[in-house]
Parts: sequence; structure tokens; C-alpha cells
Amino acid sequence: MGFMNIFKHFLGSDWGVHPDDHKRPAADAATRRLPVPPRVHLMLSQHVGAPSRPVVLVGQKVKKGELIAAAQGNISAPLHASTSGVVSAIGEITAPHASGLGGMAISIDADGDDAWLESELPADPFALSPAEIATRVAAAGVVGLGGATFPSSVKLNLGRRSGIDTLIVNGSECEPYLSCDDRLMRDKAADIVAGIRLMLVSTGAKVAKVGIEDNKPEAIAAMREAAARFGEIEITPVPARYPMGSDRQLIVELTGREVPSDARAADVGVIVHNVGTAYSVNQAVCLGRPLVSRLMTLNGAAVQAPGNYEVPLGTLISDWVAFAGGTQADVAKIVMGGPMMGTVLPHLRVPVVKGTSGILLLNAAEAAASEPEPCIRCGSCVKACPMGLLPLEMSARIRNDDMEGAVGLGLSDCIACGCCAYVCPSRIPLVQYFYHAKGDLSSRERAKLRTEATKKLAQQRQERLEREAREKAEAAAKRKAEREAAAAAKAAAEAVAKTVAVNAEKQGESA
Amino acid sequence: MIAAILSLTLLGAALGIVLGFANKVLKVEGNPVVEELIAMMPGSNCGQCGFPGCSGAAEAIVDGTAPPTCCPPGGKTLAAAIAAKLGLSVDLSAMNDDGPKIAIVAEELCIGCCRCSKVCPTDAIIGAAKQIHNVLREACTGCSSCVEKCPTEALAMKPVPVTLQHWVMPKPLAA
Repeated sequence: MGFMNIFKHFLGSDWGVHPDDHKRPAADAATRRLPVPPRVHLMLSQHVGAPSRPVVLVGQKVKKGELIAAAQGNISAPLHASTSGVVSAIGEITAPHASGLGGMAISIDADGDDAWLESELPADPFALSPAEIATRVAAAGVVGLGGATFPSSVKLNLGRRSGIDTLIVNGSECEPYLSCDDRLMRDKAADIVAGIRLMLVSTGAKVAKVGIEDNKPEAIAAMREAAARFGEIEITPVPARYPMGSDRQLIVELTGREVPSDARAADVGVIVHNVGTAYSVNQAVCLGRPLVSRLMTLNGAAVQAPGNYEVPLGTLISDWVAFAGGTQADVAKIVMGGPMMGTVLPHLRVPVVKGTSGILLLNAAEAAASEPEPCIRCGSCVKACPMGLLPLEMSARIRNDDMEGAVGLGLSDCIACGCCAYVCPSRIPLVQYFYHAKGDLSSRERAKLRTEATKKLAQQRQERLEREAREKAEAAAKRKAEREAAAAAKAAAEAVAKTVAVNAEKQGESA
Repeated sequence: MIAAILSLTLLGAALGIVLGFANKVLKVEGNPVVEELIAMMPGSNCGQCGFPGCSGAAEAIVDGTAPPTCCPPGGKTLAAAIAAKLGLSVDLSAMNDDGPKIAIVAEELCIGCCRCSKVCPTDAIIGAAKQIHNVLREACTGCSSCVEKCPTEALAMKPVPVTLQHWVMPKPLAA
């Protein structure tokens, strides 16, 4: 082991992979704004945590940016209308999810005005208290736009509570094909920097480090220029390597700190936010604009006009693709997100959500899949795994349904980046095994919780039945006692009456 | 006569004290394995196994008089877990289990007679008299006690509907 470390010391660690990035020409095309589609469908569950709860009725008129569903619980996010119009339905629609199942959504028929709801703006956003900034971010429904969609305000508050010293801003965008963060940094660097400054105030961090992969020189230049006046914001190019955009890898790269297994970034004094989130924080706090649209990449060989588009949330992908000139003849695969970690979608009639960083329409050549072959134990996946796990051993256990064995090998540390499956010469779908195992484990955990809960219910019912029987018996006894008391009183009264009569008789006799 | 009564009374009292003492000091704890099994079982005491409640079934399984597959609401997962715990080998293929099921009310047939909600061991059925009843998905253990009580056959056992939150990516086909 020590011997291998000497190699690592000189050669650097060798995790990750270097896929073809396919980012250009989409990244170099100017950003286009999608006109408001005739109808938008806003999914109630676009974030990690409890789905939001609708607060509008069918037929109600809403303005753009108006609250249509409120957050439920501690980890949740509210939802706002992405255009002005009339709420036409609240019901199920195909969710942007690999299962192709339905999810609840609020549909709005656009009136075409796209009129914003006016909101009150703070005089000086940077003078707001840290808690006030987090509150405004929460009210605007801002979630992590890097793909995890974790409510941002929860992370801002967490930062203040757990003594964060460094804010890491993730601009590395390591997934191939995607360029929305790159484009956002080129176009809106000043707004992103303002968002980062707000986040610094809100988390209480002293410095912000922005990590941008060195394959985006234009973005690095733009961000450097925008951040030049602010000493606390440091722009750092990082080597282009997948998965550099994973928070743990980026933290090691920028701060040298390693996040332990079973711990969070906050435990080592760091918090990570995406550049897109920083931009949305600025929009929310300085302009009072809730998160109702975002920059998304449309890419893939089957797309006529690849590029970055500002898309209102809830737009059907089919509407967007139609605006972008339609597709070329063969679409073999529709992917939401990047090709490494993205979700395969069943068809184009699904709405985009807050976590959509891009849509890829891949042609047959790009989506080519081949039959998996037996593992030759070459160890490529072990070398590629950025978390230092043994994908081949874990997948062998999962294949035989030995989930505990896989967990023992560190399945819970797997970030599902897909490097293992990408490098596998036998084309074994390693990461799919891990997805399956993680889902299986969480469903077992849920079943356990459910059993406990139902057991408690059964016990409570038993207690209730006993209590009811007892109360019934007590009430019956009480009624019986009352009846007896009444009878006794009656008898006594009769006796008294009798004696009185007898006495009267006696008196009568004596008289 | 008096001597006989006295001696027997004394004897009875003395033996009674000895027995009471022995009961306290020499108490045999319940089989801990049975306790563990009871903790794993659904706990709704539905009686589909033919034993008086889950504790009866757990005892029978430990004794070997009942197979680990005797709990229909627990299904294959519970059978596998019990078999693993007791070190038994069990043939799960014989078990007629197509995944967990829950009771679902056909709203057009429900007359609101309240018979189902009275027998539900986990109070999973809500509804008032002459109102449509409904089953709380998360509270139903799938014991099917309610199904036979329904006079209009509005209640039926259906597979648990798959939702976005419950969906699990299928296992890839082996190479």
C-alpha cells in the first residue's frame, strides 16, 4: 500500500474518466429565450423532500411568479407560476423520471402576457441579515440547480449553524454535452458574483472558491473579470476530468479536505453550491424573482439547433424541441441531464423541472448499447472509481441479492457517477446494479418503518377497544347504581308515607 | 377432624409459598427468538396464518410446527427474513406471492356500512356511516380481514400501486 502511495504522490491520484465532452458547438451558440408555450405543467415534486402543496384552484388566474404550491415540512420548496394565465388542471402527468410513471402537476394555460407579479424589493440586499436572505431564498423556491435539487435555503441555514469557513461554488460542469453553467458564467458573471456574495453573507463563510474546469477558458475569464473587485471570491481553474463536479471531489481539489464516509461537506467546514444556484439566489433576493425558469442545454446529434435556452419551468420538452427546429430523423434515446448520470425519458411529452440541466436527443450511433459480457476482473472500474470502491465486487454481490455484502463494501459511499460502467471493457451495467441496490435498500428501510408504524396502530386500536369496553362497563354500572338508588329512594318514600299514614290512623284512633 | 384440616391447610400454604418463590426466582424467560420474530411480523394479528395472532404464529414457527411462509401479509420478504434468522432453507417459489397487496375500495360500490372499518386491525379504513370509505395506503398491512366483511364486494386486495417515491430501478439482466 505504501509503495502504491509513492506512485500516487508523483503521478497524482488517477480517479475518474475523460470522456469526449461534446460541449461545443452548443456551448458557443448564443443563449436563446424560449417564448412562452401555450401550456405549462409544473410538477409538485421538483425538489428533494416533501412535494409542495397546491394553494390555487382550477380556474384561478395567476400572474408569473405567483405562489401556486407551498412548501410542506422542513425540507421542501414552494412552486411559482412560470407564466401568467389560468390554472387549467391539477392532476397527474408523466413525470421526467426513468420509470415513466405519473406525478402530480399543476397545469397553467398561458394568456400570452407573461405578466410578472409585482413584489417589494429590499433597498440594499447586501444589508439584509443572514437569516433574512435565507428566508427570501426559501420563499423563491430556489433549489440546488446542479442536479441534486436540494432546497438551497436549508443549506444556507445549515452553513450558519455548523461553522462553515469556505463556500465552494461549483462551476466545473463535468458532464459531457452539457454547457448551461458554462454559458451562464459567460453571460451573467456579474449576477453570479452578486449571488455568491449574498451566499457568503448568509452562510457566514469567509471565502468563496469557484471551481471551473479548464476546458471553459471563456467562463474562467468572464468570472475572473466580474470577481476582480471582491478579494473574498477566488476563481480557480480545475483540471477537466469526470466527475470533477461531484461535491466530494471538488472539495478535495479546492481545499485539500476529504469528506469522511457517512459525513457531510458541512462537517469539514465547507458548503457547495452550484453557479446556477448562485444566479437564482441573486434573482430572488435582489430582484424578487422566484425560480420560474432556468438555462438548459439542448444537445445531441439528433437535435437540429443545439444550444442553450432559457426555458420556463413546466414547458413540455416537445414544445421546446419544436421551437429549436425539431429533430433529425432518428432519435434513439432521450436523456434528461448528462449522458453519465442522466435519466432516460420515455417520450418528449414530459415537462422540464428545476433540476433539468439539459435534454439530450441521441441518435443511434451515440446511444449504441451492446450486450454485456462476463467480468474479466481487469480492475479498470476499481481504478476509475472516484470514491475508491470496488465496483466489480459490489455488483457481483448485488447480482446474487446479497445487499448486505454490497453495503459492507461501501455501497452507501457510491455516488452513482457511472465511471465504472463507462470504462468497463465487458460493458457490464455496473452503475445500474448500484441504482437497483440503493433503491432496493431504501424500499426495505421504508417497509421496516411502515411495519413499526402499523404495529403501533394495531396496539393503539387494541388499547382503544379495551378502553371503550371499560367505559361501557363503567357507564352500565353507574346506570345500574342510579337505578337502584332511585328504587331505594322510592321505597323509602313509600315507607315514610306508610308510617305517616299509620301514625295518622293511630292519632285518629287515639283521638 | 380439626387436626386434619389444620395440617392440610398448613401443607397447602407452605407449598404455595414455595411455588410462589420458585416462580419469582426460577422464572424462565420467554424464548428470545420468538420475541425477535414477533418484532419482524406485521403485528396486525389478522389470523390468516391460523394461529391466534402474530405471537402464536411466531411460537409455532420457532417450534417447527408452522413453515416460515405461513404469513400472507408478510409475503416472500418476511419468509426469507425469518428463514435467514432461523437458519432454515425455505422454498419461496411455492409461496403464492405477487408482491405486497393492500385493500382498495371501489368507490362506486361502497354503501358506507362501516363494517370494514370496525374489523381493520390497524384502523386503516376511514369513513363515516353512509359515506364512502377509503383505505389509508400507508396504514394497510394487507391482512384482508375487511374483504369478507364487505356486503357489496367493494373491497378488493390489489397490488400496492407503484409511485415515483416507491419505484426501484429493476436489476439489470445478468451477463
